[in-house]
Amino acid sequence: MKITFDWLQDHLKTNLKEKHLLEQLTNIGLEVESVDSLSADTELFKIAKIVKTEKHPNADRLKVCDVDVGEKEFKKVVCGAANAREGLITIYAPPGATIPKTKTKLVVAKIRGVTSYGMLCSEAELNLSNESEGITELSKKFEKNIGKKFFSKSKSNLIDLSITPNRPDCLGVRGIARDLVASGFGKLLELKQKKIKSTIKQTLKVKINKEKNQGCTAFGSCLITNVKNTESPQWLKDKLISVGQKPISAIVDVTNYVMLDINRPLHAYDVDKIEKGIIVRSSNSGEKFTALDNKDYKLEKGMCVISDQKGVLGLGGIIGGTRSGTELDTKNILLESAYFEPRSIRNTSKKLNLDTDAKFRFERGIDPSSIEDGLNKAALLIKDICGGKISKIDIQRIETNKIKTIKFDPNLFEKITGFNISIKEIFKILEDLGFKIKKEKNYLKLIIPTWRPDISKEIDIVEELVRITGYDKIKIIDPIKERNKSTLTQSQKLFHFLQRAIASKGYLEAITWSFTDSNYNNHFKDKNKEIKIVNPISSDLGVLRNSIFSNLIMYMNKNLDRGFKDLSIFEIGPVFTGSNPGEQNTVVCGLSAGKKSRLSWIEKERNVDVFDVKRDVVQTLVEAGYNSDKFFIDSETPNYYHPGKSGRLFLNRDKNQVVAYFGEIHPNILKKIDVKTESLVGFEILIDNLELPKKTLNDQKTKFEVSDYQKSERDFAFIVAKEVKAQDLINVISKLDQKLISNINVFDIYEGENIPENKKSIAISVTIQSTEKTLNDNDLENINNLIIKTVENKTGAKIRS
Amino acid sequence: MSDLKKIRDEFISKLKGKLNLSEINQIKSELFGKNGLVSSQFKKIGTIVESERKKFATDLNVIKDELQDLINSKIDEVENAEINKKLDKEKIDITLPERPFVRGKIHPVSQTIDEISSIFSEIGFSVEEGPDVENEYNNFTALNTPDDHPARDMHDTFYLDEKKQKLLRTHTSPVQIRTMLKDKPPFKIIAPGRTYRSDSDQTHAPMFHQVEGLHIDKNINMGHLKGCLNYLIKEFFEVDKIKMRFRPSHFPFTEPSAEVDIGYEMKNGKIIIGEGNQWLEILGCGMVHPNVLKNVKVDPTKFQGYAFGIGIDRLAMLKYGINDLRAFFDCDYRWLSHFGFDPLDVPTNYRGLSR
Repeated sequence: MKITFDWLQDHLKTNLKEKHLLEQLTNIGLEVESVDSLSADTELFKIAKIVKTEKHPNADRLKVCDVDVGEKEFKKVVCGAANAREGLITIYAPPGATIPKTKTKLVVAKIRGVTSYGMLCSEAELNLSNESEGITELSKKFEKNIGKKFFSKSKSNLIDLSITPNRPDCLGVRGIARDLVASGFGKLLELKQKKIKSTIKQTLKVKINKEKNQGCTAFGSCLITNVKNTESPQWLKDKLISVGQKPISAIVDVTNYVMLDINRPLHAYDVDKIEKGIIVRSSNSGEKFTALDNKDYKLEKGMCVISDQKGVLGLGGIIGGTRSGTELDTKNILLESAYFEPRSIRNTSKKLNLDTDAKFRFERGIDPSSIEDGLNKAALLIKDICGGKISKIDIQRIETNKIKTIKFDPNLFEKITGFNISIKEIFKILEDLGFKIKKEKNYLKLIIPTWRPDISKEIDIVEELVRITGYDKIKIIDPIKERNKSTLTQSQKLFHFLQRAIASKGYLEAITWSFTDSNYNNHFKDKNKEIKIVNPISSDLGVLRNSIFSNLIMYMNKNLDRGFKDLSIFEIGPVFTGSNPGEQNTVVCGLSAGKKSRLSWIEKERNVDVFDVKRDVVQTLVEAGYNSDKFFIDSETPNYYHPGKSGRLFLNRDKNQVVAYFGEIHPNILKKIDVKTESLVGFEILIDNLELPKKTLNDQKTKFEVSDYQKSERDFAFIVAKEVKAQDLINVISKLDQKLISNINVFDIYEGENIPENKKSIAISVTIQSTEKTLNDNDLENINNLIIKTVENKTGAKIRS
Repeated sequence: MSDLKKIRDEFISKLKGKLNLSEINQIKSELFGKNGLVSSQFKKIGTIVESERKKFATDLNVIKDELQDLINSKIDEVENAEINKKLDKEKIDITLPERPFVRGKIHPVSQTIDEISSIFSEIGFSVEEGPDVENEYNNFTALNTPDDHPARDMHDTFYLDEKKQKLLRTHTSPVQIRTMLKDKPPFKIIAPGRTYRSDSDQTHAPMFHQVEGLHIDKNINMGHLKGCLNYLIKEFFEVDKIKMRFRPSHFPFTEPSAEVDIGYEMKNGKIIIGEGNQWLEILGCGMVHPNVLKNVKVDPTKFQGYAFGIGIDRLAMLKYGINDLRAFFDCDYRWLSHFGFDPLDVPTNYRGLSR
């Protein structure tokens, strides 16, 4: 909502300055978004006419225009606008002028070899609208003003307010003035609106159909006959220009002015184009009409339309149609001032994807009692400017305006805000805002002003009072430093622990979108179904990610392209298994690329491999409190891992839930995505599958038991079938005597010479130590034999002699 | 001169010369070997007249100790010299690079979440979570934003079905609903997490982070809200004083509602919080609307309180001088290394939030 201090002063009297105004507006909740000085150099902008256009000799899209700016000689201006044509009346900015939008100062410049003196401006460049296609087009009526200033001498700055959706009343200057006055910023001037005094009947019949979900509850109108539509007088043009609106013609300007002044949208019809009266009704499915934006709309059933015998004239409260629109030669007009239900407006505009100024206002709620004021104000102004005769006002209603009241207990104010104001203050603020108050025994009975659809509860009154009194009056109550409940749950602690544990292994934490490119996602979705976003911001962010890998690998690739070779990144966050709330899992996912110790003078370089990520996963889980002696690993992994070089990890042999996958990324995927690196390995830890450690840190720390008896190491080499897993051997041995066997380590794997085909040798070192005594040779020999015998029996291994 | 003194003087002077290890050992055996000069003197003790015997023995012991000490120190000296000579040959170029190491980092958003959680932990808030995919009811309707409310247009929503029933949450406020439906008042929670809006330009990302706050009890008023946020901002920016401004605003789920600005100024291209005359909007808040409480079966005549929502990314940008929001999610190795935090830098109350 754009206003000026000048315009505000039509409604309030104050001694305060603009500086105070800006502060006060923000303090009462009408946030000042920006303040633009319109007056800076705007005097330099002139109404001008293009006399001749020629194609630019060196550029296809540019034209060289001769422009009449009211001086003896025409100005040569180079212009790129498609609509620059001979005869067009537009706005000219001379060298030295500063363009309001871009704040750039114009100079005489050569454009592709042709000197251009100044510039022809678009509406956007002048802050008149957002229209940046082409240069401003002024109507023929401006022809007699060529050479005159377009902007009048306005000393008032353009103030842009951000009005929250609950405050339709502040979409009119008067509403803003009323709020300001309530806060002590001057005195509200009374509106002495003259009323139409007419003996002429409004002869065009208007009927509102009583039907279910009728979007229009009141339709006021009057006829103005024999008008001569013309250019608006200077004061009106100045007023509109001062808030960034482009004057068009008197009738349109007047309706815009009334809308901006008191937030009362109006619509003017050319009566002669209406066939036998107006019917306000619900649309039928498939009805069509051409709107004033020159687009054709096909309507669904149940939209509120203004129609005549022939069909739809317009969408009530949203946009009029071309068939009954006023034109320069319009003689007789019907002025409409109606009330449309916000819900109906919103439904229709959403379905048709239509956004207009009228829609914006009606969907927030227009004052239903402003119908008559709007007609009086606009009709009399039109008559003043365009002549003609006004009829009596006709108002059709299918519902009477209800008076809304509220019981307000003044004690609620302090209960909510923590501070107190007097009953006297309460009365003053509410009365200034337009409430009528009746004091009852324990409460105030308030009649809510008709322009405040947002107020329906006691709490709304508290807001009004505290807003106007000032939020700075609220006292700070310092928080008490006490805690009755732990801040994080066990699983939240685990989340944070894993996050930092992985980072401490050399991985950089990344945060990527929860959505991804379906092409990438397809590589990593395994058995999950694709979850599409109906309205993605772009097609390459069209699905929720089934795995974090899709994003990580995409970004990994970008970093590789930047010339980095050895990188590790990870992300901790959600992956999705369905489109219902809760169908998501939290995963820590890491990727590691390239080599270890590349180009080191001291260490051998090698590619990162599956045992690097296995270490990262296992070490992290051990750090988080899980017992690696119980881990069980097999090689069944999702299809995006290398089938031979990947594993999945369970916390124990019961294999209840997979807690991690790790391995090389499938070479086919690397090929398809074109990842250029020596090696790419990754892992996923499925946090939600991790049972929380049963023992708290506290429990784990209670007992300290170590053995000081001598330990001895025994080495074994077993020949086993190739498919036998090291894990199986370790398991067999560790179960033999947990009191004696304190550590098992695989120190060599060998295939080849001296080993039969399809067999391999696994060399294991076992540490044997008792907590009770020093073992003698006999004891050791026994355990030795036991190990050999059991391993041979259970795994088909043969000890290597 | 006695024999003893002669032996002493002769060998001391010998030992002062330059000797190698075998020469010293030679001397050692000359003196203390089976028939060594000193050893022989000891054998003589018995033959000495009684009146002189005591003095002789004492003198002999003194000389023996003196010579032995000297020999030992001489051996040490020579051995040390030999070791030093050997070590000298082993000297390496210690300026060569150490064995390679890699450094992981924590993303600034994660760090900021931990900082905020730590701050709220002090005053008794606990952390709640909710799913990223929400239903329309929790995200809007339960929060007093019915379908025909224009405030819905303020949220550009990603939908997962044509009927617009399932969506990516546009704010963390649905966690309020979930928390209050699950438990009984009082409530004192924060809920950090990912949020989504279909909006993307220089200053907006389609995904960003918010932290929701909710405190509902019997007598919680706007003064508590102000106190809580004042404490948060002061602690978060680690400054003694801040400038803070509450402005009336509108959110369907709070009444009265406020937006909060903090005062700042720019010094040498860096933002200084707590000084200056510029205002920066950082959060929205208000007293939870009675309709919201009714929707979650909390009696608004008995319980009341406040809620707020803060953009985490924005806070991180301010605190750590990050200019570009989009870079948070661009995953550039250089950016992550530069703005990331060491995993050992866990924000805690006792140590302070940051180093």
